[in-house]
Amino acid sequence: FHLRMMEATVFLDTFNACRHFLVSFTRSVPRLNPVSELYGQLFRLHGLVFPLTSELPEMHQMMRQTCRDYADRELGPIAGKLDKEHLFPAQQVRELGAMGVMAVEVPEALGGAGMDYLAYSLAVEEISRGCGSTGCVVSVNNSLYIGPILKFGTQKQKEQWITPFTTGEKVGCFALSEPGNGSDAGAASTLARQEGEEWVLNGTKAWITNSWDASATVIFATTDKSLKHKGISAFLVPMPHPGLSLGKKEDKLGIRATSTANLILEDCRIPLGNMLGSRGSGFKIAMQTLDSGRIGIASQALGIAQAALDCAADYAHKRTAFGAPIGKLQAVQFKLADMAVAVESARLLTWKAAMLKDAKKPFTKEAAMAKLAASEAATFCGHQSIQVLGGMGYVTDMPAERHYRDARITEIYEGTSEIQRLVIAGQLLKEYAS
Amino acid sequence: YIVTIRVKPDHSGVVTDGVKHSMNPFCEIAVEEAVKLKEKKFIKEVVAVSCGPTQVTETIRTALAMGCDRGIHVEVSGKDYEAMGPLQIAKIFAALAKKEEASLVILGKQAIDDDCNQTGQMTAALLDWPQGTFASEVTIDGEKVKVVREIDGGLETIKISMPAVLTADLRLNTPRYATLPNIMKAKKKKIANMKPADLGVDMVSRVEVLRVDEPPTRLAGVKVETVDDLVAKLKANGTI
Repeated sequence: FHLRMMEATVFLDTFNACRHFLVSFTRSVPRLNPVSELYGQLFRLHGLVFPLTSELPEMHQMMRQTCRDYADRELGPIAGKLDKEHLFPAQQVRELGAMGVMAVEVPEALGGAGMDYLAYSLAVEEISRGCGSTGCVVSVNNSLYIGPILKFGTQKQKEQWITPFTTGEKVGCFALSEPGNGSDAGAASTLARQEGEEWVLNGTKAWITNSWDASATVIFATTDKSLKHKGISAFLVPMPHPGLSLGKKEDKLGIRATSTANLILEDCRIPLGNMLGSRGSGFKIAMQTLDSGRIGIASQALGIAQAALDCAADYAHKRTAFGAPIGKLQAVQFKLADMAVAVESARLLTWKAAMLKDAKKPFTKEAAMAKLAASEAATFCGHQSIQVLGGMGYVTDMPAERHYRDARITEIYEGTSEIQRLVIAGQLLKEYAS
Repeated sequence: YIVTIRVKPDHSGVVTDGVKHSMNPFCEIAVEEAVKLKEKKFIKEVVAVSCGPTQVTETIRTALAMGCDRGIHVEVSGKDYEAMGPLQIAKIFAALAKKEEASLVILGKQAIDDDCNQTGQMTAALLDWPQGTFASEVTIDGEKVKVVREIDGGLETIKISMPAVLTADLRLNTPRYATLPNIMKAKKKKIANMKPADLGVDMVSRVEVLRVDEPPTRLAGVKVETVDDLVAKLKANGTI
């Protein structure tokens, strides 16, 4: 209702000023309902990008249902096994690739699904609901590997480094963190020096998701140490490659079906054409990539949170204590309500960030808010879900303990919750500075 | 497909309001087979048809996203929809098959809500077309169709002429997941709208549902130690 009041005021204020503008807009966009289209244009003019109805567009609903069906039928039944045995879901990644889920935003001409970021967010959430690890693989491939190449790569680089990675046959990874710096991304100590027609890379990258399963990486190295963070550049390196070796697979608390390891570069030589973007723009590329990646991780966290909530709510119906299903007890009801609010509010933040990105509006603050809210919702829901299940929540017979473990990483990677708070505060204070 | 079914308080049927509906699994298999036949170039065009209220268009769109070319939504709602059964649907399908000059009508063998297993057979009878039901394998051979049918005794292979009606059984194929690009393309495909009256079909049901009840709750069993005890107990309660 508040939104409608706002749009009415906006409409009146700007109608006279933009009358000719509005007329040309409506003429150029033939639609059945000119009034709602007018409102739509106004929304875009003033940066409000929320849909008028409370439902997602039909295509997005269909897409979400397809991903949900896949997650329920193909991922849910094996997620426990993938986690227990640390198995990379290669077959499922191929099937998701065939559906277009491994390259949602990539244009069809390059082999992708050609959809928007909202569709991507929905896909990652539904996949993660079935299996948190698979959701992570989808997110890393889409946002962290394909994302920067799509945005900063040349046409030739896109064809070489994106198209083979749309089918699910190959996945990519993103190498920014080092043993000496995670949050402190500007202090990259991996070096790249030019030797003739090649770049030679030396250094170590840490915590690289998908490392053991990837066929290529976007990697960041310092080309000009004196320029500090403005001296970092981005490179594309195929895997395997001479001079690039992998450290041992980390034994993680959660998302165990993904491989996480160090990337060790020892005089790793790549052609000059493998630089992504311009020299010195690496830090900017990394930060912009992480901005979008945050929406992906927020979606992954939402999926895990929703799965935890589903598990707890279902259990509350079935488990009886004190003569009735435990869902009748207020203590349990309060927990479920808090979980539902946490998930739904984080979801709306995530959708808003995705829609702002699709509308080509600034979305840094909203993406950070989404990632912060969703990851904290995931850990909260994972925790409370175990509590609702009691002893059953602590054993591997029920998925609650896996959701608890899978959720934890979402508060850490692609920007810790602390970094998200700094990003949000920074953006907020900028708004108030003028 | 796991939904808790509740009988309506007036015992006239089961509660369907607010229950999520989706494409019948055997119909998914039928759609998949049709799309496969088109991909192998045996047929030119696949038309997805569904009868029911507005929500049915979602199911048609899913079929379009799987690869059908266009859809037809036969609008049936309210009392007509509640009374709609295999005979009415078969009449609609028969009328459409003639109107569209179809060479094949492929359906799921039965719907998993009523398990009638009648619509395909009735449609064939109304059209006076051959039928290949419970198909686990379909091969088109010129103007004929070879159908391997799953029957109680095993597998039966028949050869029937087209036009024909086929009904899909579980092992016919594994339906594909719609790809994201196809979901987008489905939006542009046409869904035509019509009413049963447009096809000259009367929706009056020949079946009157007297009462719907839940199955009786299963009573606890009794364990006995020996076969003699079992026989004694069965005799005592009059079973033998």
